Amino acid sequence: MKILAIDSSGLVASVAVTEDDNLLGEYTMNYKKTHSQTLLPMLEELAGMIELDLNSIDAIAVSGGPGSFTGLRIGSATAKGLGLALNKKIVNVPTVDALAMNLWGTDKLVCPLMDARRQQAYTGVYEFADGKLSALVPQCAVGIEEIIAKINGFRREVIFLGDGAEVFAEYIAENCSVPYSFAPAHMNKQRGASVAVLGGILYREGKAEDAAQHKPEYLRLSQAERERQEHARDFTI
Amino acid sequence: MEKEIKILAIESSCDETAAAVVVNGRDMRSNVISSQIDLHTLYGGVVPEIASRKHIEKINQVIEQALSDAGVTLDDIDAIGVTYGPGLVGALLVGVAEAKAISFAKGIPLVGVHHIEGHISANYIENPDLEPPFLCLVVSGGHTHLVKVADYGEYVILGRTRDDAAGEAFDKVARAIGLGYPGGPKIEKVSHEGNPDAVAFPRAKVADGVYDFSFSGLKSAVLNYLNGCKMKGEQIVQADVAASFQKSVTDVLVEHAANAIEQYHMDKFAIAGGVASNGTIRQAMALMCEEKGVKFYHPSPILCTDNAAMIGAAAYYDFIAGKRAGMDLNAVPNLKLGE
Repeated sequence: MKILAIDSSGLVASVAVTEDDNLLGEYTMNYKKTHSQTLLPMLEELAGMIELDLNSIDAIAVSGGPGSFTGLRIGSATAKGLGLALNKKIVNVPTVDALAMNLWGTDKLVCPLMDARRQQAYTGVYEFADGKLSALVPQCAVGIEEIIAKINGFRREVIFLGDGAEVFAEYIAENCSVPYSFAPAHMNKQRGASVAVLGGILYREGKAEDAAQHKPEYLRLSQAERERQEHARDFTI
Repeated sequence: MEKEIKILAIESSCDETAAAVVVNGRDMRSNVISSQIDLHTLYGGVVPEIASRKHIEKINQVIEQALSDAGVTLDDIDAIGVTYGPGLVGALLVGVAEAKAISFAKGIPLVGVHHIEGHISANYIENPDLEPPFLCLVVSGGHTHLVKVADYGEYVILGRTRDDAAGEAFDKVARAIGLGYPGGPKIEKVSHEGNPDAVAFPRAKVADGVYDFSFSGLKSAVLNYLNGCKMKGEQIVQADVAASFQKSVTDVLVEHAANAIEQYHMDKFAIAGGVASNGTIRQAMALMCEEKGVKFYHPSPILCTDNAAMIGAAAYYDFIAGKRAGMDLNAVPNLKLGE
């Protein structure tokens, strides 16, 4: 089974192709260029290097959110275009789950943290049991204090990763009461390979969608919708 | 027989998700537009993040519909044309990423199209005889440009708005007199019952740019008039204010166009963009052209609004001129015409 995976949910742009238990190629960039300028050229380069016949892939896995709204849409539109052109299904891989997959097999808790601004994080808490990823706190958008309180409640050692780990390091140092560490550079940001592996698992479970139906999972309303709701609430009180 | 060059065109620069198939730049085989207007009406204007979210939900259906309406598949397509600016960056990016992915997956050449170039090219679709050089006035919610089309893909901007676009002025005035969004069609409709000479609103001139436009002064004049009436306790006649405002915009547009036609010795004049579907403006332009002995062109309303057929028409002329976009094509929200 061949999976083509894309992640442009954060600052990192990453593409990967896996075939069964082999990673055929992965291209990951963490550079200031926009995903719009990097993602397709990276995919083109990768596909050329591994002489990929695009028609031979089984599905397209995309890191489908949460994350940067625009980043998610670049990834999703790319996946949808590929799906339309190749007549392939899309597997919408939860971004935070895919980040947790980077630390496959650890006996510690895993807490990916993506900076969601306004002192919030896109996050979750995971563990690996019998080689399977399982969510103790499914991916969500919450205040940093809320997720740290939950982690403290588990009373287990935890590994933090993601671009939010740096952003919230000070808060963690002051408030995290369980032993913790930060994942190193080769596994602490989004990776296409993790999206591909998790995408393959979800695909085997039948969780693929038609390319036309696919849309990102933002976990947040747009600012205009939020303000409109708050406005409506103010008037009903 | 001439070989048919089939372009699949994609447009997502604002709040319409659109795709079309156009053959040889003139023959429109399909034109699918998914409008989000009801959604944005709630907010009194286009909300960029909501527009972008809607684009991603609709884009594949719209493209598939355009292909099936035209009775073709991607294997029949010679090139993909996509709007890459100007417009809302998040909205543009959806179309650009989608177009690049299809281009890459199928090995179909990609052409990046300027949105205004698309509006101008909408005139080619229904007017087989229209060829450059001609003068074109592009008036929409986001743009007001007076352009000399020297050749296919060759544009000289003679004038542009210094502040609000004409369509923007319509929206703002419509809101001020309680008509709501979108302002253009609503003002036009109510103006039919109004007296265009009831209120003397200014015809703004820009001192250092004979063909440039300014509509913010006119908008302020309308707001001042409304305030004045309120202070004096006078009832405003909505239809009169709308008609007078519309007349003021029309006069300025017509005067600029007429002067440019004279100065540049043009024998063809076209209008384009959403505001070009305004009947009063069309009639005034038609009359001016008739008086000057100039042939007047205008697209049907469906080709005035944002659509992809116009992008397909523009993409064709870029394509045969050898223009190609790479896989690093990016959305350029403030893209200048002629770049």
